[in-house]
This record gives sequence, structure tokens and C-alpha cells, in this order.
Amino acid sequence: MSNLADSVDVPSGLRGVASDWSADKQAFPVPWGKVMMWIFLLSDTFIFTCFLTGYMNVRLSTTVPWPNPSEVFALRIGGQDIPLILIAIMTFILISSSGTMAMAVNFGYRRDRVKTTTLMLITAAFGATFVCMQAFEWTKLIMEGVRPWGNPLGAAQFGSSFFMITGFHGAHVTAGVIYLSVVARRVWQGDYERKGSYETVEIAGLYWHFVDLVWVFIFALFYLW
Amino acid sequence: MEQAQGQQHPISIYLWIWGLLFVLSTMSYLVDYFHLQGYLRWSLIIVFMLLKAGLIVAIFMHMAWERLALKFAILIPPLCLLVLIGLMVVEGDYIFLTRLAAFLK
Repeated sequence: MSNLADSVDVPSGLRGVASDWSADKQAFPVPWGKVMMWIFLLSDTFIFTCFLTGYMNVRLSTTVPWPNPSEVFALRIGGQDIPLILIAIMTFILISSSGTMAMAVNFGYRRDRVKTTTLMLITAAFGATFVCMQAFEWTKLIMEGVRPWGNPLGAAQFGSSFFMITGFHGAHVTAGVIYLSVVARRVWQGDYERKGSYETVEIAGLYWHFVDLVWVFIFALFYLW
Repeated sequence: MEQAQGQQHPISIYLWIWGLLFVLSTMSYLVDYFHLQGYLRWSLIIVFMLLKAGLIVAIFMHMAWERLALKFAILIPPLCLLVLIGLMVVEGDYIFLTRLAAFLK
């Protein structure tokens, strides 16, 4: 593997950008899989921003009052309505899964197979929990009569925005759980030990952190706004 | 160099960021819990959101330790989305006013 960062007189800063792009060599001194994952995530950023911008547009333009998410997503616990509590718990679960994933990547590069596998499986379990809670939330809203084309709570666009945005995000989490399980199995079997590199774990980690990143925006812009 | 064996940083940095993300999430939840309204609510939501997003990208996704060329390639293109958002704000407001004028007389 040619490694740019190894050579002694590589310019950094803006001059480094120019030399990295203009010289007759590999532009990014990282594994190609990592660059590809970043570019995929870049395209996914555009998709999710289009969804959130569409949601912003319909919410701005409707003349019917928007349902108050704080009340819609409240749960009755011990005879008391706690606003947005389910969403808050889902947020903490996803953040925790990002934390365990970051540590899995770290232990991967330390070649600690057992800890890497364990932490990845914990991450996947957190992800699966998140999806289950989302399924619960969807069921609750559907039983209350929320549909993509209308709902009894207020603006009709609430349903379509909600199902499209959280649905796409939930699909990403589900895909991530499967992806992480597959990579965790390979870590356990020692595939990356033989290959001599744990970069695949870091690349899977990038995807997982991105899913968490998207949730940060959905939580702020859809649930809290 | 770190790139040769991939990203290696002490575990403590991840635990710190994890804790910070918990604190920031709690604070953004409290914005709703205490029913803050208006510009205070919106600016706090945006600030906490951007701080969390920055920490995730910089530390968890290791962007802080990548070369500037890769940072530019990934972080600059999304800026053109700001144009889309700006246009859609103007358009949404326009449709809202049009609906008021046409349907709610």
C-alpha cells in the first residue's frame, strides 16, 4: 500500500490540498473502501437533506396547525404523561451504540478479536432495540389514526413526513444491524487477522456513526422543532 | 504514522465524547421538557444539534485526523444544500401566503 503520510516532505494545509490533487498519484492516502464509504455517505447526506427540506417546506406552507410532537410522542408512565420520552430513550440508545462502535473500531486496530466482536454485537443489539422501539411508535401512531395522507391531529402533511423520514432512517438502521452482524462474524472467524488489517471494521463504523448522525438531525428538526 | 495501522487513539477520548453527547442530548430534551418557545427554543435546538453532529463526525468518524484533501472532498459538497434549503424557505413562505390569500378570505 503506497502511503503518502509516510513520506517526510509532504506539505500540509492548503498547499497539501493542491499537491494531493495535482500530483501524479493516489489522491487520498486511506484504504479505497474508506473513500468509497465516505462518498456513499455523502450521497446519503443529500438524500436525507432532501427529505428534511421537503418536510420543512410542507410545514412552512400549510395553513392547518402542525400537530405538537411533544404531545403526539408522549407516553403515559405511572399515570403521568411524559413528553417525548420514547424518542429521548431512542436517542440515548443510538448514541450509546455509536460509543460502543467507536470502541469496537479501536479494539479492532489493537487486534483484540474478542472485544471487537463483543462490542460490535452490542452495537447491533442496540440498533435492533432502536428498530423495535420505532416499530412500537409506528404502531401507536397508526392506531391513533395517523396515515400518510391525513391524521386527526392537524396538518395532513405530518403523516407523510413522519412515515417517510423515520421509515428511511429505520431502514438504514436495519441494514446497519445486518451489516454489523456480518462484519462481527468475520472478525470472530479471524478473517481480518489473516488479511492483516481491520479497516473493514472502521468502514462499517463510519456507516453506523452516519446513521446516528442522521438521527441527530431528525431528532432536532422533526421531534423537537 | 497513524494511517499505516489505521486510526489509533486512546479509549478515553471516545468515552469523553460519549459522555458529552449524552449531556448535549439531555439538554436538547430539556428544551422541550421546559417548553421553551420562539427563537430561544429554535436557536438552542440548532446549537445542540450542530455540536452533536460535529462531535460525531470529528471524533467518532475520525474526520479530525484525516488529511485536509479528504475533509474538503466530503465536507464542502453538502454546503450547496444550503442553497436548496434557502430556496425552499422562500418558496414555502410564498405558498403559505398564496394559500392565505386564495383560500382563507
